[in-house]
This record gives sequence, structure tokens and C-alpha cells, in this order.
Amino acid sequence: MEDNVIAISIAVLGGVAVLAAAILYVVAKKFKVDEDPRIDEVNELLPGANCGGCGFAGCRNFAEGCVKSLEGKFCNVGGADVMNKIAEILGGTVTAPDPKVAVVRCAGSTACRPKVNNFEGAKSCAVVAATYAGETGCAFGCIGLGDCVTACEFGGVSINPETGLAQINESLCTACGSCVKACPKGIIELRKKAAKFRKVYVSCVNKDKGAVAKKACSSACIGCGKCAKTCEFGAITVENNVAYIDYTKCKMCRKCVEACPTGAIKEENFPPRKLKEAAAPKELGQPTNADKVEVKPEPEKIVLEKKSDNPNAN
Amino acid sequence: MKLSTFKIGGVHPSGSKLSADQPIKVMPIPDTVYIPAAQHIGKPADIIVQKGDKVKVGQLIAKSSGFVSANIHSSVSGTVTAVGPVPDPSGIAKMGVTIKVEGDEWMEDIDRSETLDTNVDRFSDKEIIDRVTAAGIVGMGGATFPAHVKFTVPLEKKAEALLINGVECEPYLTADHRVMLEKSEQLMVGVKLIMKAVKTEKAFIGIEANKPDAIEKLTELSRKYAGIKVVPLALKYPQGSEKHLIKAIMNKEVPSGKLPIDVGAVVSNAGTAVAVYEAVMKSKPLIERVVTVTGNSVKNPSNFLARIGTPVRLLIEAAGGLPEDTGKVISGGPMMGKAATNTDFPVAKGTSGVLIMPEELAHRREPEPCIRCGKCVDACPMGLEPYLLSVYSRKKMWNECEEHYIYDCIECGCCVYSCPAARPLLDYMRLGKSTVMGIIRSRKK
Amino acid sequence: MSNLLTISPSPHFKDKPTTKSLMFGVLTALIPTFLVSLYSFGIGALVTTLVSVGSCVLFEWLITKYLLKQQPHIADGSAILTGVLLAFNLPSNISPFIVMFGALIAIGIAKMCFGGLGCNLFNPALVARVFLLISFPVQMTSWPKPIESRLNYLDAVTGATPMAAIKAGDLSICENANFIDMMIGKAGGSLGEVAAIALILGGIYMIARKIITWHIPVSIILTVFAFAGLLWLIDPSQYVNPLYHILGGGLLLGAIFMATDYVTSPMSATGKIIFGIGIGLLTIIIRLWGNYPEGMSFAILLMNAVVPLINKKFQPARFGAPKTK
Repeated sequence: MEDNVIAISIAVLGGVAVLAAAILYVVAKKFKVDEDPRIDEVNELLPGANCGGCGFAGCRNFAEGCVKSLEGKFCNVGGADVMNKIAEILGGTVTAPDPKVAVVRCAGSTACRPKVNNFEGAKSCAVVAATYAGETGCAFGCIGLGDCVTACEFGGVSINPETGLAQINESLCTACGSCVKACPKGIIELRKKAAKFRKVYVSCVNKDKGAVAKKACSSACIGCGKCAKTCEFGAITVENNVAYIDYTKCKMCRKCVEACPTGAIKEENFPPRKLKEAAAPKELGQPTNADKVEVKPEPEKIVLEKKSDNPNAN
Repeated sequence: MKLSTFKIGGVHPSGSKLSADQPIKVMPIPDTVYIPAAQHIGKPADIIVQKGDKVKVGQLIAKSSGFVSANIHSSVSGTVTAVGPVPDPSGIAKMGVTIKVEGDEWMEDIDRSETLDTNVDRFSDKEIIDRVTAAGIVGMGGATFPAHVKFTVPLEKKAEALLINGVECEPYLTADHRVMLEKSEQLMVGVKLIMKAVKTEKAFIGIEANKPDAIEKLTELSRKYAGIKVVPLALKYPQGSEKHLIKAIMNKEVPSGKLPIDVGAVVSNAGTAVAVYEAVMKSKPLIERVVTVTGNSVKNPSNFLARIGTPVRLLIEAAGGLPEDTGKVISGGPMMGKAATNTDFPVAKGTSGVLIMPEELAHRREPEPCIRCGKCVDACPMGLEPYLLSVYSRKKMWNECEEHYIYDCIECGCCVYSCPAARPLLDYMRLGKSTVMGIIRSRKK
Repeated sequence: MSNLLTISPSPHFKDKPTTKSLMFGVLTALIPTFLVSLYSFGIGALVTTLVSVGSCVLFEWLITKYLLKQQPHIADGSAILTGVLLAFNLPSNISPFIVMFGALIAIGIAKMCFGGLGCNLFNPALVARVFLLISFPVQMTSWPKPIESRLNYLDAVTGATPMAAIKAGDLSICENANFIDMMIGKAGGSLGEVAAIALILGGIYMIARKIITWHIPVSIILTVFAFAGLLWLIDPSQYVNPLYHILGGGLLLGAIFMATDYVTSPMSATGKIIFGIGIGLLTIIIRLWGNYPEGMSFAILLMNAVVPLINKKFQPARFGAPKTK
């Protein structure tokens, strides 16, 4: 009797197993999807962050796109290395666009942009932007609730607790553009990534008239146009009461930084200036190395020091 | 008798109509008015005056810029001192006209007499709509949809009935209530005019049961006007929503994505009907409206007849001044009104009230975890699932938002009102709704 | 004006109930039941309830503070409620260590592992009860006789419960069934399930205060009545009077207080009714043909598992939904 039970059990279970195997085999054969194996290979190489910075819906979608045609495709996150490997597999050439880095164009820290009302609601920049002008008198500046922080897949954006502004960690930034899309105020811009992350930019997008802007924020661009007059390369335009530096034309001479009466134009990651100029931007929250100016350190070293000094670097 | 109302969802916000017994007071004309160019849904009007121009009361200063847009008239006589940004409750200055007041000189064709003119037959339906268009009348309940657009019934559709919204379901607000009581005759003639414009023989005036005096007075009057019937309604928010008013009175549901006219209804606010009367019979454009200034801490809650463009600050002063412990100033009612960043913003065509909340009522509670109690689902008058939609919106899952009909949301706030965990459901849903609407629109192109 | 104006999106008005007030509302509704259990089981009821509530609150506090490193929010009352419901599901003569173990299961595993308040899939008190029932079958099924053993705690005189009697096939109890005893707590059973009248009172209170809606309790009770009644009509010699099923065992406690738990019940009205019918059917099936005399807790837990599916399938009636043809 007992033997019988065991035998039946084995037979039934074994039968089920054989049947299932047969079904699986047939299904696998019959419904096999023919897919270019290169898609998998390319997909393997990609970073897999699915950030969407390439304009495709995720990495696999990008890989499919690459297999179709490599033209105009570039993964900012993987960079030239990854793209060259992909080009090897697919046999084509990739053209790397100018490397870029995200820049937050608002300097309205809590110190220079006083709060005029008190927001209570969902902690989201998009919600604030849809509701009203914002907690300060400036309707254009950084809201500081961190939609960009959530959007960044690489942990490259954070809210500085002191200034209340978004800041980019340049070494983590892959220029995928997620934060640019997430910012309801359009403050974040992808700008040319120059050597050692040096950059000169107008850290304000306030389109209000000078007096109004200045009243709301002491470091606002008032659209006075002094920078545009100073610029020798025609890189600066003033439109709607706000200056803009075209990074394709800018030669980073930094004369506009000196010319700006409100300190809205920022220079970052440059070696320290000579003594008399170095003191000026300090009050505007600009990192300076006033105490180190006598020594002329080697460029490598400066970068290190600047990194630790620069609020945007960590 | 059981009063009719809509079926799904709804809440009963408590909140006293403090100013219900206050007769409408005429506000003195201010020194300066700020008239925004966008006082309606749709395209802002094109400003046609320049700095230095002399204007009269009722003179056109901004012209409708498209089908869904509305004319704007000067509410005072004086000199245009600026064409540019005017204050706005949101803190974002909007385009508009600033006029310095000099005297009170009206346009000649406006009939300023108080005599009641009931001769509706003088005008054809076309003429009525033309006059409404010219007068720049918009929905005065707060939605500010241009009235002439609503009254122009498309050829292939037919209006079965005109519904007049005298519900005023928002707590605190009493502007419509007072208008119905004090301008009852004008209201009736206005209703007759709109009936003629939309070519229907039937009109229902829906009034919630907390306004027994208005119900009584209008029922009495309606005997003189054929086809007009007053319908008392049970108290329930958001009964003033077009779709829910139609459901309550006609027991018809406007299908998702459709307009009231698709079920044969045209809905208009009671205040709008009075404005129509004035526009058609007296050639008077929409240059003033009744505004309730109220709040538990306000000294004298009142109803004011104010010229469009009067800074709200003056109205608050006339009601006893801004209380010391003010924590929030709301343009509109407590359920759908917008919190204002300042009190300098002007009265616009859609400003039905100004609600002042003391500090202790001004704050939201800290959100707690959702306990999935389903109160938001029970409260939603559109039968949506706010708990789900708000999460989808927050996580930017727009496809899921659409699958759960986020575009049906009427932003009435019942979900937030009923949520015991004080979650900001609507904050996110509003975001999701506008994004999904954008996606749907771009798909159609 | 001294302070900055506050800005928030509409609405600016809020209904009064809070999470806390709702939880304490349920607790208030449980007071009559607690009083009856004190009357019936005396000191045992008091000790068990206190130990259960105390350890639930303690475990919640310890876990949030030291494991999750968050600000504990035991003031919302949800841990207290879990504690009370757990105690009401236990016999009054159970060892306090078993109660504490149950509390650890309820809070630690059934609630916190899933993410705390609002995230749990299963009713914490019931998970603990079923866990204890399987782990300590003897202690969990020896029911002290009500009234008699009021002053004894661990050494109480035990007796059969109505449900155990049916399971044992002893239908004679039912023939001279004293429904009045079952209404007022003179029949044996767990702490909170003996007094039908007190439970119903609590249910009416909660429905009147809009803490719960009628859908779940009514649909459970009607389903049980219909299903058990049908069987009774078919063969009264084998099946008992449906009233016996409704008043006996944990059915009312489950239907009114456990199944209506916000977190683990469906959202829409239709969903709630489906949920209730499911519980009713499963309860009777387990009671009559299952291994255990009592099926309520298993039925609720099983239906808890399908709540996400119910929520997906039975969305609320939508305003202006296009008519499906």
C-alpha cells in the first residue's frame, strides 16, 4: 500500500514535470522574439541609470536607438569611453557633444532674499510654482524645496542648508538634464564644462525691472547692462531686464564679474585674484582665498583647495 | 419634503455666513484703481488705452482678444497713469491699467436710472448676446468663464433648461445671497434675457436651504415670470459646481470631458444674471460687483458693491480693518479661494469675497501617514480616488494618473477637507491634472 | 500685522477628525465590550488587556526610535488600538508572556516590517492572534468559564465555547441555545467576543460618528446569515441556526472592529461590500468544513490579502462615467 502511494506520487509529479517542460519548450520555440543581439550588448555597456538624459525612455530604449543608427546619439552619463565601445560593436563613429555641466542660476540665498510670506503645503517646488510667486519677493528664483534633488539619479544636486538654494556637485553631474526639466522656474541650465569646472555665468533669471528685482533680492541682476558694455567678445546680452552670458562666446576673462554692481555674475573655480580685487566679492558669499593670495600655488593644488572651499563642490 | 442634491461624495463644511444679514453697502470710489487685463479664463484682453489717456466710467479699455476672452471697461473716470504690472494676489504682477480717479463721469449711453425695465421682447437673442459680449460679462461665481461663450449655444445642440446658480456653497460667502435678495427683480429679468439668448422656455434657480429668505422672495417673484422655478437644494458642498448643480436639479450627469450643453443645460451664476440685466437693459458694462469681506476675526463682516479695480485693502478697512492676528487673507471662499500674499490686489470680476483667517486657523496640520481610511474616496464628488492620484502625481506617474481619470478632478478640495491625516492630496493632484491635460492636448495635435 | 501671511493651496478649511481622534473614537466604541469582559472574566481580562496594550505601545516606541531612528508617534493611538484588539482576541487566562510575544508579532512583524502605520497588508492584531493560535494551540483554546472564574486568572476553570461545541458535533447546545447569554457575555470565548450587545453598541457608535461606514459589518453579517441560514434550511439536523453563527465566536468582533480596520480594508463602497461577502463566506466555510472551530480571523486575513485586487477592480462610482454598452 505504502509503496503504491509513493509510486503514484512519483508518477504524478514526474508526469506534471515532463508535461510542463514540454509546454515550456514549445512556447519558447513558438513565441521566440527575434531581437538583434547587439541591443543586449549595447545595453550591457550603458550605465543603466535610466535617467532619460539622452532623450530616450531609459537605457534599453537608447540601446535600440543606437542599433538603428548611431548618428547623433550620445550618452552623457557613460561619456566618450562607453560611446567608443558602442561604436566598436556597431561599427560607426560617435561625435561627442561639448561636455556640459548643470549650473544653478540663482544666488538669492536666505541672507539676501528675505522671506515675505510663509508657505504651507506639499513640499514640492512644482506645487509652489503652480500656486503663487513664492515665499520671497522674487517670483523667478530658486524655491529650494528640492524637486531637482529628487530628479537627479546621481545624487549630484543638494539643497544647501545655509543658503536654501540648490547646488550642483560638478564631479557627480552627468549633464543628463533631469534637474533642468524638474525645475519649475527654469533656473538650472546646462552650460559648457570648461577645464577644472571653471565658469562665469549670470546667477539670476529675474525679469522684473531693476528696482523691483533689487528690492526682492540684493544679489539680483538689475539689467543695468554694464556687463554687456564691458564684454569684449559680445557674449553678454541683456533682455527682459536680465543679462545672459553666451557660453559659446565667453572667453572667461571675468571682466563682467568686476563690472557687476550687484554681484549677480559669478565666477567659480578660478585661481584666486590679486589682493585688491579679492576682497570685493566676499560679502556676496563668493568663495575667496584672500588669505592665500601671496603664494602663487601650482594650478593643480588650487583646484583641490578650491574644491574644499567652494560651497558647490560638496 | 426631501430636498434634492447630487449623489456622489460631497462634504458639509461648517462655517457661518457671518455677513448674510448685512445689506450691500456701496464702496466709495477709490483714488486709484488697478484693472488687470486678465480677469477671465482665456486670453487676456488687449489693452487699448495709453498712459495719459482720459477715460470715463464704462469706457472700453481692453478689447477681447479672441472667442474665449472678454472686454474690460474702465470702472472710474480719470487719467490712465500706467499701462503695466498691477498687483495680484499671487504676488506675480500681471498686466493691467492703472487709473487715477478724477470725478465720476459716466459714458453717455449708460442708463443710470433705478427704474426696472422688464421689456425683454425689445431684443432678439442675437442682440442680447452681442450686448453681453460688449459688456465683458464673465461668470461671477469665481470661475470667470466669459458669459457670451456659454450663452452661444452651438447650432447642433439645444438648451433644455437654464440653471441659475444661487447655491453659494462656499462657507462664509454671501455676495450672491445678498444680490438675490436685493436685486431680485433685476435677477428675474436677467434670467428671462438669458433664457431668450439660449432659446429655452425653462429656467431653474437653485438655492441652498440655508438661504430661506432668498428662496421665499424669489419663489414669490417667480410667479410673475413664466418658466422660472426656484429649486431649494439640500446643503452640500460642492453644489455650486456646474456639473453637480445639473445633477441636483435635472438629475443628469454631464459625461466626462463634455460640457453642460451636451446634456441640454446652460448654467449661470445669479450675480451674472443681474449683470446681464444691467448690460442689456441699461447698457452698463461689468464695472462693479458685490464682494463679501468676512472672517471670524473681522470686526464688521460686510457685503460691498465695489468698482472693479478697487484695492482689496480699502474694502478690508471699510469692514473694520485688518485684524492684528491675521494669518491668512484669501481671495474667494475657504474651499477654493486663493491665499493672497498681499492686500493690495484689486477687486476683479471674479472676486466673490475676501476671507480673513486668524493665525490659529491659518495653518495646515503637519501631514501624517495615510491610513487608507477612504474618506477622500467617499468625499470626492467626482468619484475619484484622491489617495491614489496624489501618490501617482507626486511620483510623476502620468499614465496612471490618466488611467484613474485625474482630468475629471474639479479641484473642489473635498478630499483635503476630509483627510484625517492632513495630507496635501489636492496640491499634488492639481499638478497631475494640469500635466495630464497638457499631455492629452498635445496628443490631439 | 505682526506675522507673515501664510500661503497654501486651497482648500483652507479642514474637517475636524484627525488620525488620532479616529483611533480614539474606535477605542471609545470598545469601552462597552471591555466593561462586559471585565464583568465576565474579571481580573484576567484586565491583566491581559493591560499587558497587551502596554507591550504594543512599548514595541512600537522601541522599533521607531531605535531600529528606524525616527520620531516615535505613538500618540496617534494606533498601537493602543492594536493592543486592545489583540487582547480582545485572546482567552483571559493566557500567560502574560504569550501576550507580549503576540504584541511583538503584531507590531514588529505585521505592522513595522511593512512600513508602519498605513502600510501593513494584514491586520496586525489578527496576524498575532493566528500566530499565537498556531504556536500555542492549547493555551489559545482553553477558554475560562465566564462569571465563575472572575477572580481567578491563570488557574481559571475552563469550559467549552459555543464554536468548539459545534465543531465537536454537539448540536444539543444549540437546541437549547440561550441567545440572551450570548448577547450579554455569559457564553465562553475570547475577551472581546462574548458580548454581542456591547459590540453592536460600539458598531452603532462608530457608524453614527462616521468613523466607519456600514458596508463591511452589514455585508459580513448578512452573508453569514444567508449562507448559514441556507444550510440550516437544507438540513437542520446537521447545521445550526444562523443566529448562532452570528452571535457566537468572534464574528461580531471581527465584523465590526477587525474587518473595518482602515488600512487593511478596501476603499470604495462596492469594494467594501465585496470584501464583506468574502469574509462571510470564508468564515462559514472554515467554521463548518475547516480544521479550526473559529474561522473569522483566517477569513479576514485571507480577504486582507486580496484588498489590493479589490481596490483595483472595484473603483468608486465615477461621476459622468461614459455608459458602457
